[in-house]
Amino acid sequence: MVVYLIKRLGLSLAVVCAVILVLFSLLHLIPGDPATIALGPRATPEAIARYAAKMHLDEPVWMQFLIYVGNALTGDLGVDVFSDRPVTTIIMERIGFTLSLVFAGMGWAMLLGIPLGCLAAVRRNSWLDRVTGVLSVGTIAVPSFLVSIWALLIFAVELRWLPAIGAGEPGDLGDQAVHLILPAFAIGLSWVGYLARMVRASMLEVMGETYIRSARAFGLRPRRIVFGYGLRVAILPTITLIGMGFGGLISSTVFAEIIFARPGIGKLIFDSVMARNFPIVQGGVLVATGLYILVVLISDLLIAWLDPRVRETL
Amino acid sequence: MSAKPSENETGLPPVDSTGLADHITEAEVRESAARERREKLREFVTNWQGLTGLILVAIFFASAIFAPWLAPYDPNALDIPARLSGPTWEHVAGTDQLGRDTFSRILYGGRVALKIAAIGVSVALLLGLLLGMIAGFGPRWLDNALLLAFDTVRAFPTIVLALATVALTGPSLELVLAIVIVTSIPQYARVARTATLTLKNTDFILAERALGAGTARMLWHHIMPNVVGPLMILAAMDVPVVVTIEAGLSFLGLGVLPPTASWGTILNEGYLVIRDTPWMVIAGGIPLILTTLGFTFLGEALRDIFDPRMGKGR
Repeated sequence: MVVYLIKRLGLSLAVVCAVILVLFSLLHLIPGDPATIALGPRATPEAIARYAAKMHLDEPVWMQFLIYVGNALTGDLGVDVFSDRPVTTIIMERIGFTLSLVFAGMGWAMLLGIPLGCLAAVRRNSWLDRVTGVLSVGTIAVPSFLVSIWALLIFAVELRWLPAIGAGEPGDLGDQAVHLILPAFAIGLSWVGYLARMVRASMLEVMGETYIRSARAFGLRPRRIVFGYGLRVAILPTITLIGMGFGGLISSTVFAEIIFARPGIGKLIFDSVMARNFPIVQGGVLVATGLYILVVLISDLLIAWLDPRVRETL
Repeated sequence: MSAKPSENETGLPPVDSTGLADHITEAEVRESAARERREKLREFVTNWQGLTGLILVAIFFASAIFAPWLAPYDPNALDIPARLSGPTWEHVAGTDQLGRDTFSRILYGGRVALKIAAIGVSVALLLGLLLGMIAGFGPRWLDNALLLAFDTVRAFPTIVLALATVALTGPSLELVLAIVIVTSIPQYARVARTATLTLKNTDFILAERALGAGTARMLWHHIMPNVVGPLMILAAMDVPVVVTIEAGLSFLGLGVLPPTASWGTILNEGYLVIRDTPWMVIAGGIPLILTTLGFTFLGEALRDIFDPRMGKGR
């Protein structure tokens, strides 16, 4: 396990460095003066000079890269072009809105999708199984940003049940929860389908194993067999799916934040792209990507911890 | 592909002469392969998902290719007095804020989607196949370097990578294509690499090597035909992803730019007037869902029939 842990951590670190390299070289691959490109055509010469000094643009490229990596790894992501505030501070203010949305969306999808998949597998070929099957394919096929738009249309514009935009009054938890419902619904919907299908498939496989038959023969209660013995093994591929699919979840979170005007990281990056505020884009992308790498790492380690066979493969 | 039937087309595992028992003649092998082909075709035609998928995909292709003849209006013709109308006999899908016919715009939008999907998926498949085979067949360090590159690309959530790039280059159709290709390559490459690794030490490749065949010949004539099958299925499953990325980026104003009609720009313009009329976001979303559904159904049916093992899990 320790060997696996070290190798896996090393791989993640290598990917993080490569991601930083990509983000860094994006700026330098575009022909022209990096400072002018990063700040856009409206930037004043003073701003450009300040940015050039800040980014050490007078140093050789490899030196700039090392400085950038060093700063990024110590939490210094540069400063906002317009307000001169540190990018790290701005991101920290916003990240709560993104994390709460991600957890809420994934949470309700897991609470509904996993039991649904179990039930569909246990009652194979029943009407419940068929409905689950159709619903899964249906929800997977609808792009999440379309779910966001249509949910906004139906529940906020036409029915007026829920607020359309914003994240709620600061400090008012009830209001914030109400503002969370629609975006969380939108980003979680396709995950209900994914999870139900995945759990159903691996459950069917596991329930055919001999140790499940032994448990039956011992006269254990069906619920205990399904959840205590079956799901424990069947959940493994699902954890991998969640880890791998987290990138897609971040993408749909970006859309949901923009459509519902929720002030999270996604909206921050988008607004900064529109305002040509490149330091914030760079920092935001780095944080979003780092979050994804972290989740994949956690899911991989979790799997390796639960299933010793996996440790051999790396 | 070569004219002679490869192992892949017959659906048989790779056969080499030593593996054949003496009493089986080549004619018998061919006959059983033909029987299996007929069987698969029957299986496909009786599979309602596959058939529905095929019909939807056919509609997608036909409506995009014949859009100039099918569209009742010029997609950019203005009719200000009839602006923002719901479905009427003159405008079956309503009109937008400038009075342009939404149905005609949807048909022309399909052309953009088809263009991106066709070019994006085929280029990504070819490059992924090539890189995957190189990774699987080449020296260890090259394999590791390529794997790290794939992991790095996959570490970026697609939309986030698009945002980072657009921030520097500005939106364009070419950029959407580039993003689609770069983000799709790793999945093809990984499948191709795994298949190549398993084939690398099979008897018929070792025999070929012993006969003095060059690397290029081995890859092209012997590995490629065996690897390309699963990749084709993956390609069918990749089309909805690509179409969704195009629509999503265009929706954000980062892809196809107005006044060009795309499903994403229709949704974007509809989102801006969502409080005045629901019809634009409804009409803009339906073709997107039907296309996604069609390719998902088709891909899953193909996978279930030709490669049941791949379906495990997903």
